[in-house]
Amino acid sequence: MSDFSEELKGPVTDDEQVETSVLSGAGMHFPWLQTCIETVAIGGKRKKAFAQTTSACLSFIEEALLKHQWQQAAEYMYSYFQTLEDSDTYKRQAAPEIIWKLGSEILFYHPKSNVETFNTFADRMKNIGIMNYLKISLQHALYLLHHGMLEDAKRNLSEAETWRHGEKTSSREILINLIQAYKGLLQYYTWSKKKRELSELDKDDYAYSAVAQDVFNHSWKTSVNISALIKIPGVWDPFVKSYVEMLEFYGDRDGAQEVLTNYAYDEKFPSNPNAHIYLYNFLKRQKAPRSKLISVLKILYQIVPSHKLMLEFHTLLRKSEKEEHHKLGLEVLFGVLDFAGCTKNITAWKYLAKYLKKTLMGNHLVWVQEEWNSRKNWWPSFHFSYFWAKSDWKEDTALACEKAFVAGLLLGKGCRYFRYILKQDHQILGKKIKRMKRSVKKYSIVNPRL
Amino acid sequence: MDLEEAKEFKERCTQCEAVSWGLTDEGKYYCTSCHNVTERSKEVINTDVIPNTQIKTLNRGLKRKNNSEKGWDWYVCEGFQYILYQQAEALKNLGVGPELKNDVLHNLWKRYLQKSKQAYCKNPVYTTRRKPTVLEDNLSHSDWASEPELLSDVNSPFLESGMESQSDVHTRKSFRISKASQSETSVCSGSLDGVEYSQRKEKGIVKMTMPQTLAFCYLSLLWQREAITLSDLLRFVEEDHIPYKNAFQHFPEQMKLYGRDRGIFGTESRPSYDDIYKKTIEVATFLDLPRFPYITEDCYLHPNILCMKYLMEVNLPDEMHSLTCHVVKMTGMGEVDFLTFDPIAKMAKTVKYDVQAVAIIVVVLKLLFLLDDNLEWSLSNLAEKHNEKNKKDKPWFDFRKWYQIMKKAFDEKKQNWEEARAKYLWKSEKPLYYSYVDKPVAYKKREMVVNLQKQFSTLVGSTPTAGKKSPSSFQFNWTEEDTERTCFHGHSLQGVLKEKGQPLLTKNSLYWLSTQKFCRCYCTHVTTYEESNYSLSYQFILNLFSFLLRIKTSLLHEEVSLVEKELFKKKYSVTKKKSKSKKVRRY
Repeated sequence: MSDFSEELKGPVTDDEQVETSVLSGAGMHFPWLQTCIETVAIGGKRKKAFAQTTSACLSFIEEALLKHQWQQAAEYMYSYFQTLEDSDTYKRQAAPEIIWKLGSEILFYHPKSNVETFNTFADRMKNIGIMNYLKISLQHALYLLHHGMLEDAKRNLSEAETWRHGEKTSSREILINLIQAYKGLLQYYTWSKKKRELSELDKDDYAYSAVAQDVFNHSWKTSVNISALIKIPGVWDPFVKSYVEMLEFYGDRDGAQEVLTNYAYDEKFPSNPNAHIYLYNFLKRQKAPRSKLISVLKILYQIVPSHKLMLEFHTLLRKSEKEEHHKLGLEVLFGVLDFAGCTKNITAWKYLAKYLKKTLMGNHLVWVQEEWNSRKNWWPSFHFSYFWAKSDWKEDTALACEKAFVAGLLLGKGCRYFRYILKQDHQILGKKIKRMKRSVKKYSIVNPRL
Repeated sequence: MDLEEAKEFKERCTQCEAVSWGLTDEGKYYCTSCHNVTERSKEVINTDVIPNTQIKTLNRGLKRKNNSEKGWDWYVCEGFQYILYQQAEALKNLGVGPELKNDVLHNLWKRYLQKSKQAYCKNPVYTTRRKPTVLEDNLSHSDWASEPELLSDVNSPFLESGMESQSDVHTRKSFRISKASQSETSVCSGSLDGVEYSQRKEKGIVKMTMPQTLAFCYLSLLWQREAITLSDLLRFVEEDHIPYKNAFQHFPEQMKLYGRDRGIFGTESRPSYDDIYKKTIEVATFLDLPRFPYITEDCYLHPNILCMKYLMEVNLPDEMHSLTCHVVKMTGMGEVDFLTFDPIAKMAKTVKYDVQAVAIIVVVLKLLFLLDDNLEWSLSNLAEKHNEKNKKDKPWFDFRKWYQIMKKAFDEKKQNWEEARAKYLWKSEKPLYYSYVDKPVAYKKREMVVNLQKQFSTLVGSTPTAGKKSPSSFQFNWTEEDTERTCFHGHSLQGVLKEKGQPLLTKNSLYWLSTQKFCRCYCTHVTTYEESNYSLSYQFILNLFSFLLRIKTSLLHEEVSLVEKELFKKKYSVTKKKSKSKKVRRY
């Protein structure tokens, strides 16, 4: 026997092992199936090398952007431009938008890029695949705004506004409205600058009338530009705000109120807390009746129960004559303090402490219990733990006192938070704490009075 | 036609000396007997505005040159001829002997034209509807009309001055007479027969395509037994050392391409090894080529030499070469009959020289290290210990160290390669378009892309890809001086071979076969390669080598299986002979 044949004998047994393992380990494998599926997925055509290159290139760009490697991204972009010449019509048409998005991102951050490069790029991209003209114009203007070039941005928007090509589509109309509104916003900016100048000027100043005239002209233009947009459902906060400011300035209160009411109550518009806030602030300025204010804030309460206006809402409710409003007032306070961001809000605690006492004194124990039932599982550890007692006392004794009072009322005098604060010997607060102790004994919901 | 109006023109035709003129729709005189068109015109009518109708009418009156917009009349095969010419030139620049271009490729191409009945034959496809008298007239004073013997036409200058001379002297003459048969075909292509060509489906005729040009190149390299393997050729194509992608953009200015030419000459894919390999055989069979020159032991394509090359390339010890030689001998893969390509043989197949050589190395690695994710590492431990103890001796080959270094180098190379692929620019400077209507659009697109690229090139780092890599058959370089990357060429295999007397006996006595069963049918598929079924070391080695050759791993796996099949088949039949032959060689 040869040496070689000896070594080759090994495999016979080895083979069998391998074979079994292959069979058991491999399961069903259809390598051809995968390619079949892939072929079906791309419409029966094999993915061409060109498509492979561009898609690989795209993922390299995305990776580079993610890692903020602007230079590498630019390198890949160089090659990615060839998608504009893709023979696949669908991809070719989608290319300009992708290129614009990636390219503008790169140019925004690239250290060697500047406004000029960006302008050239934007102007080029606007004219490739005209479908994106308006979108690019708008983003271009925003870029210029970002760099403080207001005049250029304005010029850009005016150009885009007058641009006409092919049929008008609804999506394009919205874009045009948006462009006009941005133009309006810029005009508002100049207007409010002028307004400030005006307020600094003396009425007898010779320049006064000229500036005043200016202010008036601007307002007129702006209202035209913005009003079209804010009729379309959407979130247009800055536009609405500036528009209303100007309407108010010229005394068109009804107009302003109409705009705001529409913005807040039109069901076609997406739910938007700011809409209600604007309306509330406006009504407050107009000294609207309390009931009206309450109805506006009621909606805000449903959307954002933790909003800082809720404390104002509470005050309004407290002052109201209706009993149901008084009950709601308690609900609102509890609601505010449900949020982690409000736990150190001393006003909220103060209101709650006072209002709890008042409610309990007013024999509305049921209201308190109603609110407390859903919270008694988690409020003690959320607000009234021993840890909080210590840290609250250290940071803000007043807050700790208010909280301790609430804790005492809700959890009884055995509550740790309450006990901790009570133990602290504080000269100024001594009296207050004593008073608190008495009230707790008297009103705490834990030991119903005999 | 307008024969009446043309009577006033009395000059003799410069080509056939007849006085028989007609008027083209463009108002120019043309000779009714030989269809030569003069530059003289009866009246000037500018019809540029409606290109399509113009082209139609132009075809009735034949002209060599229409106007600058239309360009020359040219045929698809002339285009391919031009591309082949450029590829041959590029190969010459890579150091291939000039005979390849002048003799081999030239003759292959002539033979192709003849076999596909495009030229050098009695009834070329283009002339079927043409007046026979004209043909004979032309044939009588052409020296190429007699059927050329393959590869005997040594003295004819092939494409010496490119398009002009070749097409004018040889093929163009034969085509010019046939142009009368062209009716409306030019409407959708720059070439005269582009539309017809892309529709032609004749049985038994191999149509020229872009990948086919590479098959021609490879066949002539093979005939010349040049030191370029198929994988090298394709890599040079990939690295743009050999014109392939957008080769048409170097056509003379007057050869316009559009419409159907786009499908014929445009390239949006990379040539794959498998594909070109198949096409090579297909072309060789179609051309009915005789047996190729023998591949003997002193040829580059012989596995012994290729194995040496690839061992160096992947940084394996030189000593492994004796083992590969041994495997080559045992499998009979080094024999002339096995290696030489013979297209006339019943089952025409040529050896994939490069893949085979690499497969042999893989087999040898398996013989030495088993590659079961276990033995190779324990052998590495031994080698490491030995090397630590004996620092002055020739170091033993340490598989683990080799793996670490190769893995790093391979990953880097592959990363670079993938990045380069992603950055690859496919589009030509001359955009291809479907019709004249699209032309301005295509050119505008191109201009935009160029402008954008120009803009972004300023944002690229200070050293944008420093020019083209110079072509090399090696992708990895290992030198003794490089301290970072150990060179294993000089390392010894002592640790893995048994010492006493029988030097080729490996310490490892086990082996596993890459494939258990071969298909009994004649299908080409031998086995499927499911990566996860194999050891990690085996996977790494296959990945490394298939990357070197730019082939699919499964192809290499298949070749490894084939080598094993040969190796172990022999073992059972001629055991004794082998044991003798083996002892002859020592380390």
